[in-house]
Amino acid sequence: MKYLDEYRDERLANKLVQEIERCLTRAWTIMEVCGGQTHSIVKHGIDYLLPKGVELVHGPGCPVCVTPLEMIDKAHAIASHPEVIFCSFGDMVRVPGSRTDLFRLKSKGADVRIVYSPLDCLRIAQSNPERQVVSFAIGFETTAPANAITVHQARQLGIHNFSLLVSHVRVPPAITSILQSPQNRVQGFLGPGHVCTIMGYQEYQAISAAYKVPIVITGFEPLDILEGVLRVVRQLEEGRAEVDNQYSRVVTHSGNLAAHQIIWQVFEVCDQKWRGVGTIPQSGYKLQPEFEAYDAARVFAVEEIDTEESAICISGQILRGLKKPHECPAFGKQCTPQHPLGATMVSAEGACAAYYNYGRHLGVEPAGSQPLGVSQ
Amino acid sequence: MDGDISTILGSCPISLQDSTEVLLGHGSGGKLTTDLVEGLFLPAFRNPYLEKLDDQAVLEVNGARLAFTTDSFVVNPIFFPGGDIGRLAVNGTVNDIAMSGARPLYLSAAFILEEGLLVAELQRIVHSMQEACETAGVILVTGDTKVVNRGSGDKVFINTSGVGWLEHTGVISADQVRPGDTVILSGTIADHGMAVMSKREGLEFETEILSDTAPLNALVQVMLEASPNIHCLRDPTRGGLATTLNEIARRSHVGVVLDEKRIPIREDVKGACEILGIDPLYVANAGKLIAIVGGNDAKKVLERMRGHQHGQEAQIIGEVVGDHPRMVVMRTGIGGTRIVDMMLGEQLPRIC
Repeated sequence: MKYLDEYRDERLANKLVQEIERCLTRAWTIMEVCGGQTHSIVKHGIDYLLPKGVELVHGPGCPVCVTPLEMIDKAHAIASHPEVIFCSFGDMVRVPGSRTDLFRLKSKGADVRIVYSPLDCLRIAQSNPERQVVSFAIGFETTAPANAITVHQARQLGIHNFSLLVSHVRVPPAITSILQSPQNRVQGFLGPGHVCTIMGYQEYQAISAAYKVPIVITGFEPLDILEGVLRVVRQLEEGRAEVDNQYSRVVTHSGNLAAHQIIWQVFEVCDQKWRGVGTIPQSGYKLQPEFEAYDAARVFAVEEIDTEESAICISGQILRGLKKPHECPAFGKQCTPQHPLGATMVSAEGACAAYYNYGRHLGVEPAGSQPLGVSQ
Repeated sequence: MDGDISTILGSCPISLQDSTEVLLGHGSGGKLTTDLVEGLFLPAFRNPYLEKLDDQAVLEVNGARLAFTTDSFVVNPIFFPGGDIGRLAVNGTVNDIAMSGARPLYLSAAFILEEGLLVAELQRIVHSMQEACETAGVILVTGDTKVVNRGSGDKVFINTSGVGWLEHTGVISADQVRPGDTVILSGTIADHGMAVMSKREGLEFETEILSDTAPLNALVQVMLEASPNIHCLRDPTRGGLATTLNEIARRSHVGVVLDEKRIPIREDVKGACEILGIDPLYVANAGKLIAIVGGNDAKKVLERMRGHQHGQEAQIIGEVVGDHPRMVVMRTGIGGTRIVDMMLGEQLPRIC
């Protein structure tokens, strides 16, 4: 498939792996920030190809995972109202809260719908004027513009039966928080390709300079990730610490300015709780006061809901790159995608769920470097 | 065989013992369905025929061997690009019979109609079933009709049952697979699931994705003529290629190694899957089969398949091994390794 197969070429992948091997004089620990990158690494078996000296640890960039448990409980409280049509991105629907999940609510009669774009919610609101339509606005900077423009349009069109349950997170404060931790062992980052498509990469230059850490903005296909790793390794081996843009076919220095504009028109930065990690200053977006009529948490008065996490779960350490999923005693036992105890097991892009779904706990050897010996 | 009961919301990774209600995910064909079948139905009706958990039961009657199967169809929308619920209902049961190697002969059809369904729509469905029966060479010999109140059904549900006759003497079953066998796939994957999904969700792509619904009995007959060493035949419907191969690996206690590069998939289907963040290995098919062939007969079978209209794009996609029993492992396109597990519930579009 055009623009895809080119980035999944086995011969080029091998070349990149050999080049990484050639550069390597010692072991390095690199974090891929995005859940999409984690998913791709495990799905394509990229970590099986990398030399032993490169350890990939999985970052906090899975928006579904880091959405706080109490936010999910708030969503469930709102979705349980009979007049509500609750709209969500697909993979958020199966995330369990402390008592239930949206599928169970649906089986009990709640009107839960999967949408591909938040703008679909406005259409639903217009065709159901007697109902309240609530959109679960989660995600990083990537999904923020679409949520922002939905609220903006709702106001312009005079749609009053629509509101947004906002739980947005920002990547740069999370990276800073990882680097500030005394236990940090991450030496270089594969930066978030989609987030930077929107935001550009200038925010990351200050982080790279302050903490002397290479950050390579990286895409999501296998060759993107291998090239990102190579560029981080080169910087580390040469003692450099810069922001580099591997994903230049999409990402520019300043990002999408129209998207910035709509974000700042509708949202403002706030302190934000991350599931498994805790509160990180300045790491979220909330609606500006002039849009508070569209804030579902206010409309449905669920602001007071507060929830505690499981004590066994080590997802906080996994999200900071301190531990790998299989190092958790509960992994694959008490904690599975059917019964997630914490953040990283709940979404396909969470490190624990990716490890589980692709059988990393089963200890299978690589399938071998040769294709099948059957000729046709 | 499936009826695509699950809408895209049709999954929930919660096991039977945890649920006080039936969830849509119990009909997804993945692990939840297995929980329901093995935790409730099998213990209640346990017998040697049912225990095989094949798509059909093979019964011996006065020395003749008959294949018997049943299936219900609840697809939404009832008309989709490349087919409709009626065609699916005939082909699905024909295929379930054919996967035993039997020649499908007679079908029944039971209709549950929702008050208010347009007669013209029902006519279209019946006409399409009539065509499908003619194409597959089966006769619809008995049936039933019920009507339920508006709101108690979803336009039309169809159940079909079928009987076929096994002319050959071999046993073709998911528990007959051995290390060294070869895995053949009859054509492109994920066409049906993506056709229904794109129609249901109102997604438009440059080209229209068509369901692959087709009767596979004639293809099976050609394959049986080519080799007596076909150990297993399955049509990977709900849960897709991945789930069906896992079921086979578990039933025969073998490992399966797949080669990602050899699995045929149409460009537009691949594109739709990429956009939605859905893995085509888990998407339903309605006119494809997996054949597991032993005794070095794979190439011979493959050649005959490619000469048939429903097997033109057939490929050898993998092999059966003694290592990692009960697991399916795939060599990825870039030479990495990935374990391909059963589907837990229906896949959901990812946020990014």
